[in-house]
Order: sequence, then C-alpha cells, then structure tokens
Amino acid sequence: MTATLSRSTAGPTFTGLRCKECGQPYEAGARHVCEDVCFGPLEVVYDYEAIKGRVSRATIEAGPASIWRYREFLPIAGDPIDVGTGFTPLLKADNLAKRLGLKSLYIKNDGVNMPTLSFKDRVVSVALTRARELGFKTVSCASTGNLANSTAAIAAHAGLECCVFIPSDLELGKVLGTLIYNPTLMAVKGNYDQVNRLCSEVANTYGWGFVNINLRPYYSEGSKTLGYEVIEQLGWELPDHIVAPLASGSLFTKIRKGFDEFIKCGLVDEKAVRFSGAQAEGCSPIAQAFAEGRDFITPVKPNTIAKSIAIGNPADGPYAIDIANRTGGTIAAVNDTEIVEGIKLLAETEGVFTETAGGTTIAVLKKLVEQGRINPEERTVAYITGNGLKTTEAVVDAIGQPYTIEAQLDSFNAAWQRAQASV
Amino acid sequence: MAVQVLIPTPLQKFTNDEASVSLEAASVDALIDALDGRYPGLKGRLCDEAGKLRRFLNVYVNSEDIRFLDNQATALSDGDEVSIVPAVAGG
Repeated sequence: MTATLSRSTAGPTFTGLRCKECGQPYEAGARHVCEDVCFGPLEVVYDYEAIKGRVSRATIEAGPASIWRYREFLPIAGDPIDVGTGFTPLLKADNLAKRLGLKSLYIKNDGVNMPTLSFKDRVVSVALTRARELGFKTVSCASTGNLANSTAAIAAHAGLECCVFIPSDLELGKVLGTLIYNPTLMAVKGNYDQVNRLCSEVANTYGWGFVNINLRPYYSEGSKTLGYEVIEQLGWELPDHIVAPLASGSLFTKIRKGFDEFIKCGLVDEKAVRFSGAQAEGCSPIAQAFAEGRDFITPVKPNTIAKSIAIGNPADGPYAIDIANRTGGTIAAVNDTEIVEGIKLLAETEGVFTETAGGTTIAVLKKLVEQGRINPEERTVAYITGNGLKTTEAVVDAIGQPYTIEAQLDSFNAAWQRAQASV
Repeated sequence: MAVQVLIPTPLQKFTNDEASVSLEAASVDALIDALDGRYPGLKGRLCDEAGKLRRFLNVYVNSEDIRFLDNQATALSDGDEVSIVPAVAGG
C-alpha cells in the first residue's frame, strides 16, 4: 500500500503536448492537432528524468497486473480507471512456429484483454481517465467496432455518458457488444473514414471527449503498454522482430515508442528490433505506399472482411512506413481468403481464436517467413489485437460442421467412422 | 460560381469566427488563393512553402476526398461544398 500511495501522490510525469512534426508546444488540454502552425499530430511530453528516478524493474513488478503497473509512462495526473486492462498472456507458440519453420515465436494475445477483448481497452482506459481529469461528462468515438465496445464498457464503469459512432455495416457481434452497455449508438451510412470526418465536426460543436480525436494524444499512449509488457514477459529483453496489424498505424508507432522508452530509462538493454506491419489487400494504403517507396499515403476506399483495420486514410501511415524502413522490417498485405486461413491456422495450432485483424497478422507472418523476410532464428512476436467471437461471420463458411447424431451408441459409432474417414 | 467552404475551428480566427464562408473559385487551388485574398495569411496555414496542402489536412469536395479527384487541380462548380478537416486516427 505504501508503494501505491507514494506513486499516486508523486504527481504527473508529463508536462504538456508538442507537435510531432514541427515541435510547437501546447498545454495538456483536449486537443490533437497543431492548430497554431502545421496541423501535425500532437504528442505527450514527459519528464524522463523524473520517470527514471521513480521506476525500476522492481517497482514495476510490484505494481498491479494491469497497464497501470506502467503508470509513470502514461499521461494521467491522478488515480486511473482500472478495469483490469492489460498484462495479457504472451504465449510461446511452438506449434505455429514449427508449422511455419520458425524457432522462437510468441503470440501477444490481446484477444483476451479486459473488459472487451481487444487492445482498445488499453487506449480507452487511458483516454477516459484523462477525459475525467479534463472535466468531460460525455465521451465518444468513431469506431470500426472494437473501440466502440471498449469506450461504451469503460464509460459505463466510470459513470460517464457515452455516444459512439460506427459504420452501419459492422459485424453483429460488434454492434451487440456495444449496445449491451446502453450507450447512444450512431450507425452511420458510410465507411470509417466518413464516420471519422463526421465525428471531427461533432467534436468541434458538442464539446464531448472523443477518445480518438480531441483526446487522441492521451489515448494513443495506451498502446505503448503492448511494448512494455512484451519486454517484461520476455524476462526484460527485447524481441528481434515484431509483426503487428496496421489500421491507422498508431499501434505500430506506439509499440516502438514503448521499446524506446524502456531503453531510455535503463529498464532493458538496447537492441535492434525489426518492425513489420500487416494489412488486408482490400484496404492497404500503407502497404501500397511502402511497396512503391513513397513516404505519403494515397487514401483508398476499403473493401475487405478485415473491418477492424479498414481505415482508408490512415493518419499515422507515414510514421509506420518510416519505422519499417529504419528497422529493416517490411509492410505486406494479404487477401481475404488468406486472412480466414490465418484465423484458422492460429486456432488449430495454438488454441487462440482471433478476429480478422489477427488473421491478417498471422497470414502476413506466414508470407514473410515464406519470402525469407523473417529469419527462423529471430525471436519473433506477433501481436493479436482482437477476439474471434466478435466476427464469427468471417469464418462461418470456412469451418467444419457438427455431426448431428441420435443419443445412441450405434449412431455415434457410425458418425465416428465417417469422421475418421474424412481426416 | 459561388462555393461554400467549411472552416475548421482552429482556422476560424482568420475568418472572424465564421464556420462557413462563400467564395468564387473554379478550382481548389483558386479557392486557396481566394481564401488568402480575403483572409490574409490563411494560405500559409493550409499549404507548405511550395504551395502544396499540408499532409495532415484533408480537403473534401461534396464529401469526396480531393485525393480521389484531381487533388488541388480539382474543378469546382457553383453550389459545391468544400470542407477542410484535420486528419484523425483511431479504429
């Protein structure tokens, strides 16, 4: 208790916001773009000397089994909203490794994150904690599904009003997984980029805290914990290669930032880590730009089953390309058939049922191994960001059927023979 | 050839707090110049030194991103609505 008390009374470790492009400083309010100069994205500025003075491997290990064990690295001033988010399993995936021809493969499984089974619980826990500190009574988001689930759930827990926006063609599981928390849900006739544009206009006029818009500098920091946890779970070591899905590109850049901060604060030895990104061919503006050697994104109109990562105009795309290039990684895309095969492969080899974004990641992992872009000796971590039970439509036609039998041994015997014959 | 331009909050200090302004322009490029003529300094906020729209700004003509059209050469017609929206991320 003493440790917890001293941590919460030690004051915030962040000092303000700054434009990632031009460096213009701003106060730590609800704002996300460099309004005074270049419209670049704002990011949180930390006092790393203060952080170094407060944290060690021991203080982190003594913390809660959630993202808040890293609270000194997160942009909150007071007590967090702790719904048990984070510290999800890092699974050593020997069966999948063997199937692919790798020697050391790990799955970071955020499909079992709390409370809503995707990595979004990390970013929303941070964003709503900060929203409360900034005095917002109503929180909101533009979402491809997982973010809506998470915002609605954590808002319910925190007692905040909630109104969320999604494209109207989302999977039923994601719609239901939002409505159960009883927010106001707006299903917009359009794709995610159109939803996002509408929300930018609403954010300007309604004075709500939009987790991915005016709270974005705080929100996006939550993804850094996916970097910290992997380091800690590998026994305070960095991996050699990571593969993660790319939607806006934010997650990818924040995993990298998490690694860099732990190096900077002396918590892990510096080592080169290669960063590879995964997109669906039906929405692959970052992979296309990477393949063509461009450093700017040409937006696309999404058409893929991987709806959770279908962002046609990804704001952090240029940063993701830069990281892949600088670390010797790559960015690749796979088609919808390969995505479904990826979902099945992970389930059959490791017992992990992921959604389409995870299928994309596994399919790209497989492709990169086949192309020789991942060395079998590399210690590789694949990030699984969501749960397959939310997107059952994606696989329902690609999996087996049950044998419907009578409650009699004869019936079972006959069916078992048929089952054996079909293997 | 009047077009309606939706101005994002951070730029409304240039437009005397007007969220929407009406201008004559035959293309997006001409519109940027017309905006700068009426509200001096606005072009420097929208574009870099080379006159290219800043990469974190999105411009839509009747809800279509101009990168799907002819970018800054996109032609404008009477009654078109142009929105200027800073990029956001999420998922």
